[in-house]
Amino acid sequence: MTESFDAIVVGAGPAGSAAAYVMAKAGLSVLQIERGEYPGAKNVQGAILYADALEKIIPDFREDAPLERHIVEQRVWMLTDTSHIGLDYRSDEFNAEKPDRYSIIRAQFDRWFCTKVKAAGALVICDTVVKALLKDEQGRVIGVKTDREGGDIYANVVILADGVNSTLARDAGFRKELDGDNTALVAKEMHFLRPEVLQNRFNIGEKEGVAFEIVGTLTRGKIGMGFIYTNAESVSIGIGCMVGDFEKGGLTPYGLLDELKAHPSVKPLLAGSEMKEYSAHLIPEGGYKAIPKVFGDGWMVVGDSAGLVNSIHREGSNMAMTSGQLAAETVIALKKEGKPFSAQNLTRYRTALDASYVIKDMKKYQGMPGFLHGNRHMFTLYPELMSKAASTMLRVDGVDKKTKEKQVTKSFRQGRGLFGLLGDAIKFARAFR
Amino acid sequence: MHVVVCIKQVPDSAQIRVHPVTNTIMRQGVPTIINPFDLFSLEEALRLKDQLGAKVTVLTMGPKMADQALRKALTFGADEAILLTDRAFAGSDTLATSLAISSAIAKIGETQPIDIVFCGKQTIDGDTAQVGPGIATRLGLQQLTYVAKIVSIDQTAREIVVHRRAEGGVQVLKTSLPCLITMMEDTNHIRFGTMADAFRAARSPITEWTAVDAGVPDISKGGLRGSPTVVKKVFAPTARTAKAIAISGDTPEALANSVLDTVFAAHPSLQGDLQSSIATNSQGASS
Amino acid sequence: MSQPATPNPAGSKEDDLLAASKGVWVYLEMDRGHVHPVSWELIGEGRKLADKLGVDVWGVLLAPPGAANQAAANDAFAHGADGVYLMEDPILADYRTAPYTTGLTKLITTYKPEILLLGATTLGRDLASAVATTVATGLTADCTGLAIDMDTRSMAATRPTFGGSLLCTIHTLKARPQMATIRPRVMAMPPRQEGRSGQIVPVPLGMREDDIITKVLDYIADRNTNEAHLEFADFVVAGGRGLGKVENFKLVEDLAKVLGAEVGGSRPLVQGGWIGHDRQIGQTGKTIRPKLYIAAGISGAIQHRVGVEGADCIIAINSDPNAPIFDFAHYAIVGDATKILPALTEAFRRRLSAQAN
Repeated sequence: MTESFDAIVVGAGPAGSAAAYVMAKAGLSVLQIERGEYPGAKNVQGAILYADALEKIIPDFREDAPLERHIVEQRVWMLTDTSHIGLDYRSDEFNAEKPDRYSIIRAQFDRWFCTKVKAAGALVICDTVVKALLKDEQGRVIGVKTDREGGDIYANVVILADGVNSTLARDAGFRKELDGDNTALVAKEMHFLRPEVLQNRFNIGEKEGVAFEIVGTLTRGKIGMGFIYTNAESVSIGIGCMVGDFEKGGLTPYGLLDELKAHPSVKPLLAGSEMKEYSAHLIPEGGYKAIPKVFGDGWMVVGDSAGLVNSIHREGSNMAMTSGQLAAETVIALKKEGKPFSAQNLTRYRTALDASYVIKDMKKYQGMPGFLHGNRHMFTLYPELMSKAASTMLRVDGVDKKTKEKQVTKSFRQGRGLFGLLGDAIKFARAFR
Repeated sequence: MHVVVCIKQVPDSAQIRVHPVTNTIMRQGVPTIINPFDLFSLEEALRLKDQLGAKVTVLTMGPKMADQALRKALTFGADEAILLTDRAFAGSDTLATSLAISSAIAKIGETQPIDIVFCGKQTIDGDTAQVGPGIATRLGLQQLTYVAKIVSIDQTAREIVVHRRAEGGVQVLKTSLPCLITMMEDTNHIRFGTMADAFRAARSPITEWTAVDAGVPDISKGGLRGSPTVVKKVFAPTARTAKAIAISGDTPEALANSVLDTVFAAHPSLQGDLQSSIATNSQGASS
Repeated sequence: MSQPATPNPAGSKEDDLLAASKGVWVYLEMDRGHVHPVSWELIGEGRKLADKLGVDVWGVLLAPPGAANQAAANDAFAHGADGVYLMEDPILADYRTAPYTTGLTKLITTYKPEILLLGATTLGRDLASAVATTVATGLTADCTGLAIDMDTRSMAATRPTFGGSLLCTIHTLKARPQMATIRPRVMAMPPRQEGRSGQIVPVPLGMREDDIITKVLDYIADRNTNEAHLEFADFVVAGGRGLGKVENFKLVEDLAKVLGAEVGGSRPLVQGGWIGHDRQIGQTGKTIRPKLYIAAGISGAIQHRVGVEGADCIIAINSDPNAPIFDFAHYAIVGDATKILPALTEAFRRRLSAQAN
């Protein structure tokens, strides 16, 4: 008996589950195939959940989703070897009835999302790898081929949600091999602390959490970003660099993580904790310019597989969910109208993406990867200069303030030169605009 | 024909690590798997399904999430899955466990009589190999452990012949059905279920039984209270007080000589023992 | 089949059994007239437990009638037993669960031991589990250490847990007898005391062959020319995952040949197909007690440790200075095993042949 469905979703991460859920809820016959033993088995993230995207799919998710802490404070740190300069934003409005950011643990979250997908009526099969897309003579995608015997399954449309390293998309010719300059490798650990200790240390209440984003000299001029998130009884800490930078030598993901943990500003935060888990994952970092074709005859790509990550704002899983939702809505609309899933008709998906924050934000920051690549001193010189500046200005040592100011200005100009400083400011502003 | 396979969901001990400093076990995030020894028994049962059309029912006792293991067993090809889950079973040692499981098996047998109960040889988290024989004893099943091969089954005569591993050889045993079998490791290799099996598994409901559903006679005889054994303490092995003597050398040759010098000096009889042993071996060697 | 009892509820019946149970029993595993050496190791261990408790050590022998039985009993006395319960019957010619369980259960319920030890062989584990369930008592498997807690006069049985990463100590508080299985070679072989004698108490089995459903059709002995003799080897060389690739295992074999040693490996090598299960050293493989043990590329996790701790001299080679094997080895060599093994082979070859004359 050949099985066929309205839609097959490849992958049970946030993008895939969002797509499967929305379609199943609308009454379509949906099959979701996940290669891991269970949804989330192959997924790693910091992780921060942006509620807005999920709320639009499952409005009452707060009732039973496994949420660790809602974030009330955001810290941005710039590390030198021995110090840090930080920006801190905390607001009581984050304690609103429906907070918009939560720390989560992906293995649990993805599994929860999958129970919702099943409850909505989709069939979910794990432990099965989709090896290739089935195409007809015209090259239209008509189904998938799995690694199980008798594993050809047919569908009117296939949604690829199989993650950053989608060999499927690559083999089908939808996108190129992963680029070392457009992909980051992040190493992460979970450190367990008693909740009281954690709350005391980070100055938060029972369900509140803090999120840190970190850059610094420890990445030795390589483009890299670290993070620390508080969960209910643990702290997630991680750091990553571009794969290309790791390949060139001198740095390893876990070496970098060890340095981050040992930094004098970070070490006390982990004191007395028990490290119970470590993992690593790739993150698409190519930005707007690296987005591949996201639709074709009988297929669409969502989430990390489509490179939909806004690295500056560390947004990826929400974009994954939104893109999954938009893809699903496209399928639902076309089915209702009785139209085929041709590339022409599926253009609507891209149009919807373009109209949403997903592409809008990525477009806005499309210059950022280039800027960062060309301005490595963001990660070396500036942290040093700023730290030195702070140290000079804040120390009370008998030197008058005017002299100190002159010292600071002098060091900046020596470090970058007046034109360099101006240039950096302009370039940065442009990239940010 | 109807066979029941008992499986257990266990932490993948190959991935459990001990923290080098605190010596505590890092169990967080360790994935759970079906006890590997159970898979040999499951595969044997599935072969009976292939050859004799047997119905394969999989049973496990565990927390709610043990349903993942059952789902996986269904994907391999099992027909029906039952999850025995109840807070009352918490803290069960092997005696209490065999009580609960044998009650459930008896209950399963009420709807369709059972010919063979398969269990794993042992679990990788308990290692005791006690639950299978415990079930056999309680249900009055002929007990066949360490089975290397099922030689033949005569359904009319209700007889089975197996090879059972003993020290230095194999016993050829004949007994009557119903019986309980635990399979030796590496006697087979679990098949990768077909897509049809995967679909069936995804669509099958998993029956959940509490202690009452399973007909466990007296809850007080299960769980912690029904367990005669109790773990008094868990600890890391103490490092030997005398530290290992480090031996180094500039070249492998220098190192090797240093090793022999140090070791033979500390163990004066060792060199002589080695030499006489070699002499005896070469004398005794036939060719 | 005898109906299993359920564990006695707290109350006088259980306390009565507790008070009435005396003596340390060791199951003497006999097959074809030959007693498995683990039985003597357990007599030695049982002797220590009994001395602490101030009670006797009894061997328990279930066997077909024959001269071997008296010889076995004498061996038991020589190793330290005070008496032997002897159940002779043709039905017991080959091991079968039913008659052996019935027989051993009868002895237990009649003579009420407080402790019963069995070797963790396929027979021992099969029998112990069936008996423990029948008698509704506690059974601890694969123990690596036994002791007496004098406060409660109970046995503390220690064994690896959590996949072998840690050890745990288990007690059977109220039920009797407290049962334990121990793997061969985990306990030391006690010395023989010739001329030591003891009491033999014959007990009939009381079963009919017709009542026993399982029949033994045949026994097929193993015919393995490359059989490992690790358990009683004096010299063992073993390799682990640190060797890198299967081709490098030859370096282990080369060194073993020069030493006249047995060859073994850690569990990952068996799982990888480099060696057979009969050469696996460790908690789920063989326990060894050699005079010299050389481990190359083995990390030394506790599953391995408990299999080799009894060696007189352990030389460990590992490229990782933090490998756990260095916690219990006698000599630590940090380096590349693929380079060190050939050097050792050559050095041993020269040193051992030089003075052979």
